[in-house]
Amino acid sequence: MAMMTMREALNQALREELERDENVFLMGEEVAAYQGAYKVTKGLLDEFGDKRVIDTPITELGFAGLGVGAAMVGLRPIIEFMTFNFSILATDQIINSAAKMLYMSGGQFKIPIVFRGPGGSAYQVSSQHSQAIESWYAYFPGLKVVMPSTPADAKGLLKSAIRDDNPVVFIEQERMYGNKGEVPDEADFTIPLGVADVKREGKDATIVARSLMVPVALKAAEELEKQGVSCEVIDPRTIRPLDVETIISSVKKTNRVVIAEESHPFCGVAAEISAEINERAFDYLDAPVRRVSGADVPMPYAKNLEDLAIPSVEQVVKAVREVAYLD
Amino acid sequence: MATQVVMPKLSPTMEEGQLSRWLKQEGDKVAMGEPLAEIDTDKATMEMQALGSGVLRKILIQEGESAPLGQLIAVIGEPDEDISALLSQAGSAQPSAESKPAPAQTEEAETAPPSDNGAGATVAAAQPAEDKSQAEDKSQDGGRLVVSPLAARMAADAGINLRSLRGSGPGGRIVKRDIEEALKSAPQPAARPAEARSPQQPTQLPEIQGASAYRDEPMSEMRRVIARRLVTSIGPIPHFFLTTEIEMDRAAEARRQINEANPDSKISLNDLIIKVAALSLLQHPQVNASFQEKAIRYYESADIGVAVAIEDGLITPIVRNADKKGVRQIASEVRELAERARNRKLRPEEYTGATFSVSNLGMFGIDEFTAVINPPEAAILAVGAMTPKPVVRDGEIVVRQLMRVTMSCDHRVIDGATGARFLQTFKQMLENPLLMIA
Repeated sequence: MAMMTMREALNQALREELERDENVFLMGEEVAAYQGAYKVTKGLLDEFGDKRVIDTPITELGFAGLGVGAAMVGLRPIIEFMTFNFSILATDQIINSAAKMLYMSGGQFKIPIVFRGPGGSAYQVSSQHSQAIESWYAYFPGLKVVMPSTPADAKGLLKSAIRDDNPVVFIEQERMYGNKGEVPDEADFTIPLGVADVKREGKDATIVARSLMVPVALKAAEELEKQGVSCEVIDPRTIRPLDVETIISSVKKTNRVVIAEESHPFCGVAAEISAEINERAFDYLDAPVRRVSGADVPMPYAKNLEDLAIPSVEQVVKAVREVAYLD
Repeated sequence: MATQVVMPKLSPTMEEGQLSRWLKQEGDKVAMGEPLAEIDTDKATMEMQALGSGVLRKILIQEGESAPLGQLIAVIGEPDEDISALLSQAGSAQPSAESKPAPAQTEEAETAPPSDNGAGATVAAAQPAEDKSQAEDKSQDGGRLVVSPLAARMAADAGINLRSLRGSGPGGRIVKRDIEEALKSAPQPAARPAEARSPQQPTQLPEIQGASAYRDEPMSEMRRVIARRLVTSIGPIPHFFLTTEIEMDRAAEARRQINEANPDSKISLNDLIIKVAALSLLQHPQVNASFQEKAIRYYESADIGVAVAIEDGLITPIVRNADKKGVRQIASEVRELAERARNRKLRPEEYTGATFSVSNLGMFGIDEFTAVINPPEAAILAVGAMTPKPVVRDGEIVVRQLMRVTMSCDHRVIDGATGARFLQTFKQMLENPLLMIA
């Protein structure tokens, strides 16, 4: 096991896949000469040359479309958005082309493409540059959506995403690039898509958390342990396809659920998970499923308000105490 | 906040309870956990504890009256608390008291004076009965139960009446821990005080001239349950009966020798019969079974229910794992269980869930009889008296100790030949007790 940052783990995954398959190439704003706005693509231009690590103009819809076209003819593009906020400009290509091409071509064109980059809340960059939009992409059949919460998951999942024959939206949390963690040394370490990870085992309540909310949930679980409440923390890792089974079996054990997420509550991923639990494990619930979501407002710029808009450890603790009927 | 006292579920088969004795009177101070009343369940007299503190504001059923599980039977509250809404919601037996302040309570005693006149007693007795049925109806469609899906399922599995519980969740929601609490607090049986027995009822004159006089004694809870359960047995269960005659000379001799060696802890023939029945069941597992909705359930151990006559009824305490116990141990267990059965101190698990039963009326000189199966068991053995009789052995008339046993079988589980083979083993073993160790 090697200790490294999530940034380094992602860089390793890209390097290994570029080495492994010459059809893989990387394209986006500042990915080559500048080595990535967040330095995830550091060193790749030197190693693989400008045919495989390509700087683009500021034209998200354009280079996303180039990527889809390349995937249609057999290449395996990795499209980096400087942040997922800018992917909003490319949604026509992501949703209408990438997600639907296999279906609309009667199975003739598979689209093995990865759209990746930082997403979620960032530090004081205000409403347009600090938001979680995974529920948009998870909404559409044809897309896979992945959100790692540790360096190891980031590496293993990104490698699987690049090898997947379907379009994958891979959202890295902007605040988590510097988070350190152990990454297995094994030569070809991958983690299958669509498999949740139990980050902590417990028996009294289940906290489902993804991305930035995983460390928050784990801290809350630690605090709750001191208060005599044993929490299970489940990280779905892949939002779509969602590993519902793991969540349901945990709910059957603990009978109480809190879902923590950075995104807005309305039509969010937590709402979907809550519906699944309701449909599949109603008889096992001892309390209503409780969500802890980001505030239902555009992200404020002011530091104090920004802190209030993002779910905190305290909020998760409070929600768990509520579903456990302790308050 | 006022605490509603409802008829609690105090035994697994209990459906309603008879208020045997109030241990607190209206106006008495009550602390949480304090004994509030004694309830006659179908099997035993249990103490009911208060689930809230305050003053016993209102008693809604009188001693000797019954109420279904979950029915409001009393209210505990603050001395000055307004409980009229609670009473009207529950369909109080005394609607006139609702709008009146506390002093109205004394008035009720006056409106129903005790009468020692025969005809008057009939009228007075009919009145509360009518009121009670009203109260029952209202309690059934009364306040909506708030319960978590999990708790509802757990309660259904455990056979707990949700209306007998108080929810600890928000808005009184019944949640998992309330069910766990209810399961944990297994009721402790209370000794039945002699003075709590109801006095003998006055003799009634018949309506038809010349017909016999009679008296109606209210049925005890136990008698009611016996009546109900036996009807569910002989009615729906297709019984058939197998009788055999057993030569008991060697068994009697074995018993004599055992008792001679242990004069301090004697065994009875019935103890021997229990042991032999258990060993025979192990050899014939098809008989150690019960009919379930979609399956035949076969039991691994032989838990023998032993019918014990007690005042007012009967009960079948269980010798668990009788196949694995020595006869002397069985004897001491039966003695101890029967003693506590007579004092009504058996715990529910001590009389619930036998796999086979033995009923012996030999001590009453009954030669043979048929017993009614105790569901869900599949068979019961009715044992008659052992008597010396002339029999023909090797062409000679000799005297032998004979005992007739009749097994009632549930034909859905046991066929004729299956039952016959079991009885064959049973007979062989009693006729030659050495086979017990073979």
